[in-house]
Amino acid sequence: MSTDTTRSKYEFDGSAIRRKRLLGKVFLGACLAATMVGIVALIALLADVAYEAWGWLTIEFLTYPPSNLIENYNPANYGGLETGPGGIYPALIGSIYLIALTAVFTLFLGVGAAIYLEEYAPDTRFTSFIEANISNLAGVPSIVYGLLGLAMFARALQMGSSLIAGALTLTLLILPIVIVSSQEALRAVPDSMRRASYGAGATKWQTIRNVVLPEAVPGIMTGIILSLSRAIGETAPILMVGAATMMFRPPYSPTGAFSAMPMQIFEWATLPEAEFQHVTAAGIVVLLTILLLMNAVAIFIRNKYDRRT
Amino acid sequence: MTQERIDLSRGSNDVGTIGDRVARYVFFACASLSVITTVAIILVLIEGSMDFFSHVSLVEFLTGTNWSPRIRPRSYGVLPLIYGTLLITAGSALIALPVGTLTAIYLSEYADPQVRRTVKPVLEVLAGVPTIVYGFFALSFITPILQRIYPETGTFNAAAGAIVVGIMIIPMVSSLSEDAMSSVPDDLRQAAYGLGATRLEVSTQVVFPASISGVVAAYILAISRAIGETMAVSLAAGMLPQITTNPFEPIQTMTAYMVQIGTGDVSVGSIGYQSLFAVGLTLFIMTFSMNIFSMWVRSRYREEYQ
Repeated sequence: MSTDTTRSKYEFDGSAIRRKRLLGKVFLGACLAATMVGIVALIALLADVAYEAWGWLTIEFLTYPPSNLIENYNPANYGGLETGPGGIYPALIGSIYLIALTAVFTLFLGVGAAIYLEEYAPDTRFTSFIEANISNLAGVPSIVYGLLGLAMFARALQMGSSLIAGALTLTLLILPIVIVSSQEALRAVPDSMRRASYGAGATKWQTIRNVVLPEAVPGIMTGIILSLSRAIGETAPILMVGAATMMFRPPYSPTGAFSAMPMQIFEWATLPEAEFQHVTAAGIVVLLTILLLMNAVAIFIRNKYDRRT
Repeated sequence: MTQERIDLSRGSNDVGTIGDRVARYVFFACASLSVITTVAIILVLIEGSMDFFSHVSLVEFLTGTNWSPRIRPRSYGVLPLIYGTLLITAGSALIALPVGTLTAIYLSEYADPQVRRTVKPVLEVLAGVPTIVYGFFALSFITPILQRIYPETGTFNAAAGAIVVGIMIIPMVSSLSEDAMSSVPDDLRQAAYGLGATRLEVSTQVVFPASISGVVAAYILAISRAIGETMAVSLAAGMLPQITTNPFEPIQTMTAYMVQIGTGDVSVGSIGYQSLFAVGLTLFIMTFSMNIFSMWVRSRYREEYQ
């Protein structure tokens, strides 16, 4: 009798363990399912875009100006068209110009700020204020940057809705990310290299120019390309600055009007005819392809120059 | 010949040649630009709003429940726009916070390193997809599904907007939370296992509480991003400012209103132009205070491990 009670006292654990095992499995199942949500959503998104764009993405789509008539986009109609097919060409070129200009501004301002913060900045309250300020700017919605661009560049500085006003707005938008990633690249340069340079009699600027920067260039480039690939998909800021929703020829000067791929895609997406869905999707495929190419270049640079591997 | 002392500490190594001094000032100017940007944003928003509030009283703006800036009788109560924004934000948080947290627990506590190295970047691709693409995805994929489940769903509806924004911010929650969970030292896990805890108990009762400051900071940042999200909600959720409890009806967020005005030809000085800045200022105050709050949480409740 007494052995029985002792046994049950210890054996009662069996069901508890089974329950815990079951709970553990249920929880793991929930975790796995949650992880799948993101992956499935990504696959669904890509499949949906590819499915809608299928057959509508042609060479003509890349090389002709847009059109308001849906018939002009349909590859089946190309033979019988007098006007020529509709496409994304002006917006594609506009985006490339926009990103090129943004890259130039970002390169100087972002790397300059990172050099100051990593190499020069004294450990004062003002420095930590700048750092906090940068991480705060990274959280400002992109449409607010658009308002800044509209009021400051387009209106106050009288640049109008020009390519350069758009590029400056995008520069301010991605600057926080570029600064942080460039800082990381500079921080990764070993201090021994700086000391060696000072030891050889170099000044601070010579050390930065000849030793630190060349060493940090791959890291800096990776960060800049990744930020630019984010900028190329941004719609809200250039929309506020006043990028054209539809342009029939590419921009010809930095002070002229421009359109960009996200604007063109937005315009197509808001048109009521259902067939424009295919054109929108075709535009998105072009945008995503450029974005992926830029990411691939960034990863290539990182892997090629990563010293740890 | 003068002996120049070279100080190897930070901050004072420029030896005094002109190039050195110029370089220092140029770089300082670049860094100051971030402060100037912040000041410029605040000034631009306040200046534009001042003009607006000289026509519309602040009380009407903050308490009015009717937003019709383009149709007479004109009315400027911002509450429907704020309501629309909060509806999208709450809906997307309902999706992204649980899904993101469970994903983070899986990646940090269960998945083997190889799986983590593949899944994490794949999820981060979601964060890199332009938001206009999410808008298209909502219109062409999510809304039709919703219409099949609930036929009354309109072409533009708040639910599709919330779902798509939720998907968009999953990687923000999962990635930042995973970082926080991975940085919990292994000693804590080993101690819990030593006491007989199961993996479920270690995950939910040891690792999660220990990483709570990082996780909450991630939540706040994701919510702040949902508030400021623009293109997806403009396309998916519609342009109809109204306070409705039915998520299958169209609504308008603050950002979608700004897009609506921005794409129309709005002349400087008109009240439509000024209203952009008043709404922009409201949006900025909301996201800015959340960002500050997130920074405060992270520094206040950070668990320091050696």
